[in-house]
Amino acid sequence: MDTLALSRLQFAVTAMFHFIFVPLTLGLSILVAYMESRYVSSGDEVYLKMTKFWGKLFLINFALGIVTGITMEFQFGMNWAEYSRYVGDIFGAPLAIEATVAFFLESTFIGLWIFGWKKISKKAHALSIWMVAIATNLSALWILLANGWMQKPVGYVLRNNRAEMVDFGAMLTNSYGWLKFFHTLFSGYVIAAFFVMGIASYHLLKGNNPEFFKKSFKIAATFGLLSSLLVFFVGDFHAVEVAKTQPTKFAAMESVWETQKGLPYNLMVVPDVQNERNSVEAVGIPGMLSYLAFHDSNAEIKGLKSFTSDLRPPVLPTFLSFRGMAALGMLFMLLTLIAFILSLTNKLEYSRIFLRIMLYAIPLPYIAAQLGWIVAEVGRQPWIVYGVLKTSDAVSKSVTPLQVWGSLAGFTLLYGTLALVDIYLLTKFAKKGPDEDPSLLISRSKAQEV
Amino acid sequence: MEFQIIWFVLWAVLWAVYFMLDGFDFGAGMLLNFLGKNEKEKKTIIHTIGPVWNGNEVWLITAGGATFAAFPTTYALMFSYLYTALLLLLFSLILRGVSMEFRGLGSTDNWKNNWDKTLMISSFLPSLLLGVAFGNIFEGLPMDASGYHGSFFTLLNPYGLLTGVFFVLLFLVHGALWVSVKTEGDLSLRASALAGKIWFALLVVAVAFLAFTAFATNLYANYVGMPVWFLFPALAVLSLLGIKILGLKGKSLAAFYSSCLTILMVTFTGVIGLFPNLIPSSLDPTYNLTIYNSSSSIYTLKIMTVVAVVFVPIVIAYQIWHYRVFRSKLSPDSVSEEGLY
Repeated sequence: MDTLALSRLQFAVTAMFHFIFVPLTLGLSILVAYMESRYVSSGDEVYLKMTKFWGKLFLINFALGIVTGITMEFQFGMNWAEYSRYVGDIFGAPLAIEATVAFFLESTFIGLWIFGWKKISKKAHALSIWMVAIATNLSALWILLANGWMQKPVGYVLRNNRAEMVDFGAMLTNSYGWLKFFHTLFSGYVIAAFFVMGIASYHLLKGNNPEFFKKSFKIAATFGLLSSLLVFFVGDFHAVEVAKTQPTKFAAMESVWETQKGLPYNLMVVPDVQNERNSVEAVGIPGMLSYLAFHDSNAEIKGLKSFTSDLRPPVLPTFLSFRGMAALGMLFMLLTLIAFILSLTNKLEYSRIFLRIMLYAIPLPYIAAQLGWIVAEVGRQPWIVYGVLKTSDAVSKSVTPLQVWGSLAGFTLLYGTLALVDIYLLTKFAKKGPDEDPSLLISRSKAQEV
Repeated sequence: MEFQIIWFVLWAVLWAVYFMLDGFDFGAGMLLNFLGKNEKEKKTIIHTIGPVWNGNEVWLITAGGATFAAFPTTYALMFSYLYTALLLLLFSLILRGVSMEFRGLGSTDNWKNNWDKTLMISSFLPSLLLGVAFGNIFEGLPMDASGYHGSFFTLLNPYGLLTGVFFVLLFLVHGALWVSVKTEGDLSLRASALAGKIWFALLVVAVAFLAFTAFATNLYANYVGMPVWFLFPALAVLSLLGIKILGLKGKSLAAFYSSCLTILMVTFTGVIGLFPNLIPSSLDPTYNLTIYNSSSSIYTLKIMTVVAVVFVPIVIAYQIWHYRVFRSKLSPDSVSEEGLY
């Protein structure tokens, strides 16, 4: 493999690994902050216990999200020097802003939250986890505005042998970036909701701490239902944006080969990439695909054949990932609806099959999120910046395949080990359940009270 | 003033503050098993840096991000030319963060010992690598129109290595003083005594660094051209001596501040010598990466200036507040066994 192929593989591996931890952080920070706020306002110790228990799992996950994030920033320069040089005038800004307005906030206040239990007032302590939650969500906004620009470049001119920013406002208001932000954000909330519901289900099945875990489950079910509805709703608008701005990606997502008007949505599609057609197209809903693409059932959709083959993304991974993600998205709405009704009617403990399903459903939203990123990034190929710069022109010239083999091997080994340690720790502390006396936990920072 | 110059100054400040802040937690990390005689003492040392190391490290991410936003060509070439060195830095930083977060989560001694060793090595390597990297930047990289003509091993030249050792010693003294300031009793005394001992090695290497710089780099040209800048290296030398003098008087906190000043002034000394280059070419000055030929457009620099002017003071304000919240000293006798760290 050459430097390009290896660098792409390495970016995929490191980005996907990073994105195992980030979405849970996005959602769980809000849930923990909510739990702590409930504790502060009601004084009810069960919420303190919840804050401690879910907070510990939050921190184990958070650690890896932070450290794997630095890799992403470094890699733009290390492996994608031509990209960085060509679009740095625009792309560098949101990254630097992300560090300045979000990372500092996040990492300063997480320190305060971990070590500050007895240093600051209860209210200030709860506020500090809210600051972490806001900062992580804010950080997602800036990075997705940056990614949104790669998907739909706006506010720039090509000048001095590079892309230069001429309208910062256009980048800030880039609809693609904002849709992607909300879609990603809500998918993270779904992940967090399933994480909490799954672990709560485990304990409810075992009969441990039923009150504690029923309460936790209910909070997560409400949050999860709202989020899975929102992620689907935003996803619908996001698809329209893709159809408008990235016709090749949309055509690949749906495996549309011929340009046609009023296309049906076929539930059964088997793409035949070699012959540039679908070998099976069945169970169609008339006009539905055109409606999904442009919210107009008569609209014309451009097929892949209207683009030369060198401008088409890999069809099969884009198509399958999109179908998989969408199907999972619908499943999440169903599961969270059942979860919400069962916890509202207090029937959760008796629905053992459902609890078992929710336990094993923990990985599903993670898979959906990864599939979503495959659609976004593989579907954008061959472009790294859609219509402006090709991925093949973006790779570092001075980096040799041997160097990338070395780094890829290093990342695989290091990340593999970290994943095992992280899963071990999460499982250990998730199974252990909440500490019986939360005041014990508080006393750990008594040392700092002189 | 030109926006490129504003960003050159900001770039220097971000790196200097980064070295000053992460420097002491690197130092404390490197010294973990040397100063911490038992689990309680080790835990105390880690607790002194626990609340702050994460916020310190963001200065690096911001320095990197600012290089990307303000000088994208330098960012692109620096990061791709120094590929292997940065990879090692990255791996160290990843392991370092994880080792502090995870060490308290296991129950066996073996678990803790392994993470402690990881923390020590992963505090040492970034200190060395950052020094080697900056030594090589001061010297210039072998680059021209056709790209980079070196490898990871060309970075390990005598001047680069000397700068690496210089950074390691600076951070060791800095970290030992930090531990001394933040703890009580025997641990604090041993830490300040150790800082005093390492200081002699630091002095020798600092003198060697200043002398070698005259031969290996072009940094002094700017000073000869405008001698008023000699103020910065002079302050670096004075504050370096100040560490020892204040330390002997038993004023650990003042000695720590003096070592903060030393790190800031050493960084500025190097960066002033670089101006207007960000990375000189050791082959031909035509290919120097300067703040003019590698900068973003003036439009981008203006926007980033507004962002920096508004947000950097806010960041500094809440970080100072954060340090004040955790200003009290820790004692190994009362560090609790609970918690994540």
